[in-house]
Amino acid sequence: MMNADLIIAIPEITLLALACLVLMVDAFSKDPLHLLTYWTTQASLLVVLALVLYYFPENVQVAFNGSFVSDSMSAILKIFMCGISFVVFLYSHEYLKEHKCLKGEYFVLGLFAVLGMMIMASAYSLLSVYLGLELLSLSLYAMVAMQRDSSSASEAAMKYFVLGALASGMLLYGISMIYGLTGSLQLVTIADKINLDDTNRMFLVYGMIFMIIGIAFKLGAAPFHMWVPDVYQGAPTSVTLFISTAPKLAAFAMSMRVLVDGLMPLVEDWQSILMILSVLSMATGNIIAIAQTNIKRMLAYSTIAHVGFLFLGMISGTSSGFSGSMFYIISYALMSMGAFGMIILLGRNGFEADMLDDFKGLSERSPWFAFIMLCLMFSMAGVPPFLGFWSKWFVLKELVASGFVELAGIAVIFSIIGVYYYLRIIKLMYFDKPESMTAIKSSKQMRAVLSLNGLLILALGLSPNILMSLCLTAIAG
Amino acid sequence: MITLPEVLSLGALLFCISVAGIFLNRKNVIILLMCIELMLLSVNMNFIAFSHFLGDIHGQIFVFFILTVAAAESAIGLAILVVMFRNKDTINVDSLDSMKG
Repeated sequence: MMNADLIIAIPEITLLALACLVLMVDAFSKDPLHLLTYWTTQASLLVVLALVLYYFPENVQVAFNGSFVSDSMSAILKIFMCGISFVVFLYSHEYLKEHKCLKGEYFVLGLFAVLGMMIMASAYSLLSVYLGLELLSLSLYAMVAMQRDSSSASEAAMKYFVLGALASGMLLYGISMIYGLTGSLQLVTIADKINLDDTNRMFLVYGMIFMIIGIAFKLGAAPFHMWVPDVYQGAPTSVTLFISTAPKLAAFAMSMRVLVDGLMPLVEDWQSILMILSVLSMATGNIIAIAQTNIKRMLAYSTIAHVGFLFLGMISGTSSGFSGSMFYIISYALMSMGAFGMIILLGRNGFEADMLDDFKGLSERSPWFAFIMLCLMFSMAGVPPFLGFWSKWFVLKELVASGFVELAGIAVIFSIIGVYYYLRIIKLMYFDKPESMTAIKSSKQMRAVLSLNGLLILALGLSPNILMSLCLTAIAG
Repeated sequence: MITLPEVLSLGALLFCISVAGIFLNRKNVIILLMCIELMLLSVNMNFIAFSHFLGDIHGQIFVFFILTVAAAESAIGLAILVVMFRNKDTINVDSLDSMKG
């Protein structure tokens, strides 16, 4: 019995052990480049990735008295979390080396954050949801504050910490209400109890609203988005890159577990709440992004808009809608990884290329990377045939199929508004004169991976069915 | 005999005080940390009350986890506070306004 439980959680257990090993390796290494730490970190991620693939669950396996689950959704999300974190650490190593703030703890905290994300993807009781979330958040707070001599990084960390803790508090208050009304912490039992008896529906919805506020805070949906722009702008670009990619997959997994596995009987109620959040997020994100001059801040508002779109798939309330959302969040993570990778590529020793003007005339300085950025921006704007177009297409198709035609119309209008600020970057790159002609210097591996990243967006956009069928299997079970 | 609604009201009251504290406080970041702590404790109050009246042990176990996480959380919060004080020489909430837009 116990052994079977351990085998189900073997990727997480291995990652925990390897993260501790990386911490020890770093404590004893005197290398200023932390190469050994870096390579052990990357090897750990690959080992965990291999373990997830090797133990790919054929059916739903529940362990540890129903608080941990391994199903195809969690396995597929974990594969993407490990893969994306691998690339993120590769970009980050480059950035940290260039800006002389390389510390081994960055990788250790990163690995613990990945562990938190994997637990969130596999959480099957409210307790494991909470613990996974806190492991992720606490690592991220420390990573934001890592650049100790930067005033804006510490300010961003403080804002992130206070608002993140507030969100956890809201989530916990909601959990306590749901626990009190159903007498259980296990998501499946909660759903069964509500199905049997919903005389306390009003109080259940009261608890659920607090939980949704907590989830919306973590995803960065309006009106709970205040921390997103400040943290994205203030944090070192490598940390912004990390925050905007893999943790989004974890937040999606958390909302799926809580709202679909646990609170599916209350679907009409959470649909209407998500609708408000979604419209507000798309409006705030797309409109305020136009006024930005800092590209990190602009991408922060674009995240908020994308979260609004992510909710649209969940609002449709069908399993193909949830697959659409999953497709959306995975493609968003890939695009955002490339976009922040470009900012890192353009940065030089102590200089952050985080203003829109730094992209002026990029096509003259480096036609190839201007093309990669063009792919990423077209994809984020939702221009066919790039990946971003298909993610918007699938979500909207399911939304219309479930009868929310007006909402789909609103979403289309806001994404057309959003096209403006993505195209502005392309205009700056191709039609403006560069401010300086300094050559882009970066390592071969960074160039190769970033190029692959951009081409992947194009390739997946040309054959979206590969990723879509993966998402359909993930949600189907 | 104390009833469940009475304990829940106390929990809700403490929760409201802590949320109000976070939003109204314009002076000191340490007060924000205190409010966060109070918020987690008010949730603990709820859990223990439910656990007692339902006769179910899970709520009390959850409380242990919340207390542990709260300790880790305030450790990180205070560490960030120290970093911030070194950079800005103040811990006023109003000084957290260098980024706008």
